[in-house]
Amino acid sequence: MKADQTLDCMGLYCPMPIFKTAQKMKELKAGEVLEVVADDKGIKKDMPAWCNSTGNECLGLEEKDGEFHVFVKKKP
Amino acid sequence: MAEKEKLTLVVFSGDFDRALAAFILATTAASMDMEVTMFFTFWGLNIVKKNEGKIKSKGILRKMLNAINRGGTKRLTLSKFNMMGAGTWMMKQLMKDIKHPTLDELIKMAHDMGVKMIACTTSCGVMGLPEDSFRSEVESLAGAAYFLDEARNSKTTLFI
Repeated sequence: MKADQTLDCMGLYCPMPIFKTAQKMKELKAGEVLEVVADDKGIKKDMPAWCNSTGNECLGLEEKDGEFHVFVKKKP
Repeated sequence: MAEKEKLTLVVFSGDFDRALAAFILATTAASMDMEVTMFFTFWGLNIVKKNEGKIKSKGILRKMLNAINRGGTKRLTLSKFNMMGAGTWMMKQLMKDIKHPTLDELIKMAHDMGVKMIACTTSCGVMGLPEDSFRSEVESLAGAAYFLDEARNSKTTLFI
């Protein structure tokens, strides 16, 4: 999946990945995609929950060697 | 713009571990666009007392209380295994090891994200705490009626 910006959250535990995602999303334009890279397994459930609460779209998650790449699209 | 969902937290405990839980919930909820109010009462006031300086109170009982119960994030202890401070110190080391934010950092983050922190007037009255006893993030003092009004309009209310 393609992304307009990337956010590195490797080594950070909840709530930091979500907190940083919320901050970073402010920089994106509507419709842009943010790729969040984290190794805390909690992100598998945390990110869809965050998207659900904020109205942003969770496009999907890819797992590569213990790294979770989550793609989030900013709401219009 | 749609009204934000509200979360209200009563923080009654002054334990270090409970304080962490309260602020992790507050910051995460704020990240999820919820409007968060934290109401600090009784021992919870210790979490938001200023770390430095003197707490000026009047009367022998209050002075004694505030001497043994000085509070401030740097003096908080674990609810279990404090072991005269060794346990709390060890827990802080474990947190540092995984780069967990410190309690002070969480409080600043919460404040920056618009989490409202309110101190209970009655607890302050009982314990003889003047208004300048608290850190800068505490925005005001209020009572039970204010808290309950917030709580009745909140989707989620938690007691810590």
